[in-house]
Amino acid sequence: MASKRSKKAIWEGKIVGRAMVDSFVKLDPRHMMGNPVMFVVEVGSVITTVLLVRGGGAFLFNLQITLWLWFTVLFANFAEAMAEGRGKAQADTLRKARSETIANRILESGQIEKIPSSNLRAGDMVKVVAGEFVPSDGEIVEGVASVDESAITGESAPVIREAGGDRSAVTGGTRVLSDEIKVKITSNPGETFLDRMIALVEGAERQKTPNEIALNILLAGLTIIFLLAVVTLQPFAIYAGAPQSVFVLVSLLVCLIPTTIGGLLSAIGIAGMDRLIQHNVLAMSGRAVEAAGDVDTLLLDKTGTITLGNRQASEFIPAPGVSEAEMADASQLSSLADETPEGRSIVVLAKEKYGLRGRELGPHEMEFVPFTAQTRMSGVNMSGNQIRKGAVDAITKYLAANGGAMPPEVQASVELIARSGGTPLVVAEKQRALGVIHLKDIVKGGMRERFDQLRAIGIKTVMITGDNPLTAAAIAREAGVDDFLAEATPKDKMDLIRREQAQGKLVAMTGDGTNDAPALAQADVGVAMNTGTQAAKEAGNMVDLDSNPTKLIEVVAIGKQLLMTRGSLTTFSIANDVAKYFAIIPAMFAGTFPVLNALNIMHLRTPQSAILSAVIFNAVIIIALIPLALRGVKYRPMSAAALLRRNLWVYGVGGIIVPFIGIKLIDMLITGVRLA
Amino acid sequence: MTINGWLQIAVFLALVLAVTKPMGIFLTHVFNRERTFMDPVLRPLERLLYRLTGVDEDHEMKWTEYAFAMLLFSVVSMLLLYLMQRVQGFLPFNPQKFAAVSPAHLAFNTAASFTTNTNWQSYSGESTMSYFTQMAGLAYHNFISAATGIALAIAFVRGIARRQMQTIGNFWVDMVRSCLWVLLPFCVVGALVLVSQGVVQNLKPYDAVKLVEPQQVQHVNADGKPAVDAAGKPVMDTVATQTIAQGPVASQEIIKEWGTNGGGFFNANSSHPFENPSPLSNLIELFTIFAISAGLTYTLGRMTGSQSHGWAVWGAMAVLFLAGVTVAYWAEARGNPLLHGVNQQVTATQAGGNMEGKEVRFGITNSALFATVTTDASCGAINGWHDSFTPLGGMVPLVNIMLSEVIFGGVGAGMYGILIYVVLAVFIAGLMVGRTPEYLGKKIEAYDVKMAMLVALIFPLVILVFTGFSSVNGFGTSSITNPGPHGFTQMLYAFTSGAGNNGSAFGGLNTNTLWYNTTLGMTMLIGRFFMIIPMLAIAGNLAQKKYVPPSLGTFPVTTPLFSALLIGVILIVGALTFFPALSLGPILEHLLMAAGKTF
Repeated sequence: MASKRSKKAIWEGKIVGRAMVDSFVKLDPRHMMGNPVMFVVEVGSVITTVLLVRGGGAFLFNLQITLWLWFTVLFANFAEAMAEGRGKAQADTLRKARSETIANRILESGQIEKIPSSNLRAGDMVKVVAGEFVPSDGEIVEGVASVDESAITGESAPVIREAGGDRSAVTGGTRVLSDEIKVKITSNPGETFLDRMIALVEGAERQKTPNEIALNILLAGLTIIFLLAVVTLQPFAIYAGAPQSVFVLVSLLVCLIPTTIGGLLSAIGIAGMDRLIQHNVLAMSGRAVEAAGDVDTLLLDKTGTITLGNRQASEFIPAPGVSEAEMADASQLSSLADETPEGRSIVVLAKEKYGLRGRELGPHEMEFVPFTAQTRMSGVNMSGNQIRKGAVDAITKYLAANGGAMPPEVQASVELIARSGGTPLVVAEKQRALGVIHLKDIVKGGMRERFDQLRAIGIKTVMITGDNPLTAAAIAREAGVDDFLAEATPKDKMDLIRREQAQGKLVAMTGDGTNDAPALAQADVGVAMNTGTQAAKEAGNMVDLDSNPTKLIEVVAIGKQLLMTRGSLTTFSIANDVAKYFAIIPAMFAGTFPVLNALNIMHLRTPQSAILSAVIFNAVIIIALIPLALRGVKYRPMSAAALLRRNLWVYGVGGIIVPFIGIKLIDMLITGVRLA
Repeated sequence: MTINGWLQIAVFLALVLAVTKPMGIFLTHVFNRERTFMDPVLRPLERLLYRLTGVDEDHEMKWTEYAFAMLLFSVVSMLLLYLMQRVQGFLPFNPQKFAAVSPAHLAFNTAASFTTNTNWQSYSGESTMSYFTQMAGLAYHNFISAATGIALAIAFVRGIARRQMQTIGNFWVDMVRSCLWVLLPFCVVGALVLVSQGVVQNLKPYDAVKLVEPQQVQHVNADGKPAVDAAGKPVMDTVATQTIAQGPVASQEIIKEWGTNGGGFFNANSSHPFENPSPLSNLIELFTIFAISAGLTYTLGRMTGSQSHGWAVWGAMAVLFLAGVTVAYWAEARGNPLLHGVNQQVTATQAGGNMEGKEVRFGITNSALFATVTTDASCGAINGWHDSFTPLGGMVPLVNIMLSEVIFGGVGAGMYGILIYVVLAVFIAGLMVGRTPEYLGKKIEAYDVKMAMLVALIFPLVILVFTGFSSVNGFGTSSITNPGPHGFTQMLYAFTSGAGNNGSAFGGLNTNTLWYNTTLGMTMLIGRFFMIIPMLAIAGNLAQKKYVPPSLGTFPVTTPLFSALLIGVILIVGALTFFPALSLGPILEHLLMAAGKTF
């Protein structure tokens, strides 16, 4: 998870410095209004400040209360500023990439005009040559080039971009390293990918997500309830003959309202987006991040996500009367010049299993016969011999043409392999069948464990493949996915998503091609690959800059972690109130009714030290929890029931116990240094 | 505390457990409009009612229409009750020739009280209400306010169970079926059983009987002051006869418990020998208070297809019930620490413990149990004086009501009350499993949280604000009869009881004043209807949501862990708000009593 990468970065000096300044800037009431809990604290701080200036009462105590109330607000602002800090630093880097470039606009006459890139509009044509920056987002309409996209992805290895197909999109701010391309601009100034990315990492466009809105309502409601409890306490206290000072009442109020989660709520949201960005995933909205946590079904493309990109030879099965070594030798010979990944894997297998080294044979000895759509075979012609490999029907024809026949044993092996999900390649020597090479989809290491984890948290995985159902089933079984969609067309994919959604499930998928776009748009979480087409990137609600489809699983984990962090800190915050009551209520009334000291179960020294300790604890806990808010609570794949049990112990029961200890310690400290 | 006492509590809980499933299944049949064994008799009657009133029984209502029908029905019924009280002198069945209920604010208070299923009584039944008002006014409301509560609970459960639907049932049908299938038959049987125990049922004038031993009492002048002669000596009257109130008690007594209404025929409520003559009648009354509400937890499970969720809710309720009864029983059985040298031990010939304000035929156990049960539910019937309980013993009923009476709770009201807590619990803790909180397949979103918080807000609002005003103004404090924290508790209890639609009185507070009659009347109306409307809004909103099938990643609402979480949320959200008030009331009184000071 992100925790490792971000651990060092949390208290980075530059970010902390900027956050400290921002904490004060954010005191602006217009900003504070967005957070009802902390706004109440700010109003309370203003009231106590005014009363403090007007004088009267226990000055030192009132001063300390007032200061700590302000600190409470500042600490909450600091948490938010810290969360924004990393994004801002990243935005600065991105801004450099956006710096003004000169574009070569191709006029209708064919002439080239040099204009500042900020004057480009969607639909303009530009020419970009090696060494130049791509002036804005667009599609290549002509040419092929290698492009350095490190400004956006952080990945320094150049990528190939070419006209047509699924790799035609270029992004403004990236640099063409070789060749020259003609690009049709697709974005207007201010709407480019880079612009959006800057806004996203800075949090400027951040809107509250659905769960955050609901949580804010809960917190505002609790705040009003506690406001009522505290405001009406004064007439009760007057009746009892023990009226309270405003400082004490405001202290009680601030301690009771959920300031811990109120102060950290927006930081948690920003940090969640930031964690995605650390993973090189851009979420176009916070809603998508939350939806990721809710995902029930993951659609994963087989190739590249579940299996390595290509099939590999895993076994040589000789025909009757042929030795395994002979069969391996022939297979290797037929593949020596075969540059396809499958061909190379045959050479590798022969070397690993039978110690056959690659032989350097001159072209005069050996003539390579490449694969063609007509013959559907490849192989070599050597002095007096021919070796061919290919699909079973092609080889059967080849054998017949040479006066041979396919032995039934070989036929049986072929069927066995096909049924197990592999691809059989038959190797033949003129009229004699030598055996079958078993080509297999290789499931990436660790995938089964990851799918098991997903299952443990209740997420269903569906493998999408163009293979036939037999092959698909075998790979699905081997990889451990729950379900598969074989011979999938874009429409099948779309139907599957709709079907799942009709059952109330949330679906996540990845895609890169233009034909993926409708499904990406339909899915609740659609992660487009950055290498993909513009259409795909616009249809999805996240873009993976690394173009790694496996990352979908991390995206889900980050979404879950975001929600868990909010829930855990809410529970913690509310549970804290128990201890605060036991600190403040006896302190308020023990002067008039000494018997109420029985409620002072923490044995806090004096009423003043008790109230002050509660207020200080309430402020300091915000700072103490900033790392947790930014990093997120630890996420482990387990069932909801197990997660709930664990988090209820840690944050619920812990939330009741921790403040008792904390307040007691603070009380000992401040009475030790005689502050109260 | 004795083994015998604990056994009685255990037997009671076992009876409640035993009735839960059959009751739940029966209620499910009734409200799903499936066949029951009573159909041959009741269906024609039901159809006749609909034909007469023009109700289309197949019409389904959106939550807004449901709420409007319920409000309209309640307002009209409330006005009728008000009018009936004001003109009862002209109406039949009035052998004692009672005049109109006055002043007007008392009639308003009573009308609000019975409409809201509170049955707070600022009057004394046997000296105020004619038999007609009792039967046609109060008992009628006992039925329909209870039926309304059950209807609302069913509507809420439907909201959870339905998928992508706009409607939550038909108020008229739910209400009529509650009356015909549930309340009326149960009451007919129950009333007869009570009569067998000695509860009276007649329309006679009150009996006058000769006292065995005539009593001397001070004469009271026309101005209400005790009379003294010229020498300043009290003028004494000799009283040789006693009036014994009569009436149709059994029929009213039984609906008082089945409908968790609590309004006694007599002022002394269930401590009166004509209302609750024997330990067996006491057990029957306790059982009938909980029976329907316990059954509704099973109905919840059955209608939503998650029976174990129903039991998880039942479990949370049972734990909270046991906690309350344990504290109350312990506090009362301990006796009064200030009575040094007085034998307060339990023996074969005395009940022991704090017997002040309790009936000897019930003793400590059944008084503590009754006080707990009547406030766990929103019943409000009493068989002992809560005011005379020890401070901690008296705090139990108070806290029970403050928790919104969701421990089995009022018929229907307890169910929808605890479901609001369930929504909050699911939301607060649900995020902790890393998903948008889901409750039985329904996502809990901003709108639901907003409405649930509105419900949660109403309670502290009315209780704390009105108690606050009362405690610093003469019109409030002049009604209390004990100073200090005890007097404070009297006021706090009155508003809590009103807001919770409980209706039990702590006692000692003279509430038949303009201030208390009016504010308590408002408290009761707000406490009922301002909670019902957002509650129905949630039901309507849940009904139209998509159903998300449960998976391993779904928040579990069927486990003991969930029950524990629910208890935690009820205690923290419910009790934390009132902790300051409690600490200046019963807690302070308890500590002062331990230090030797009483009020």
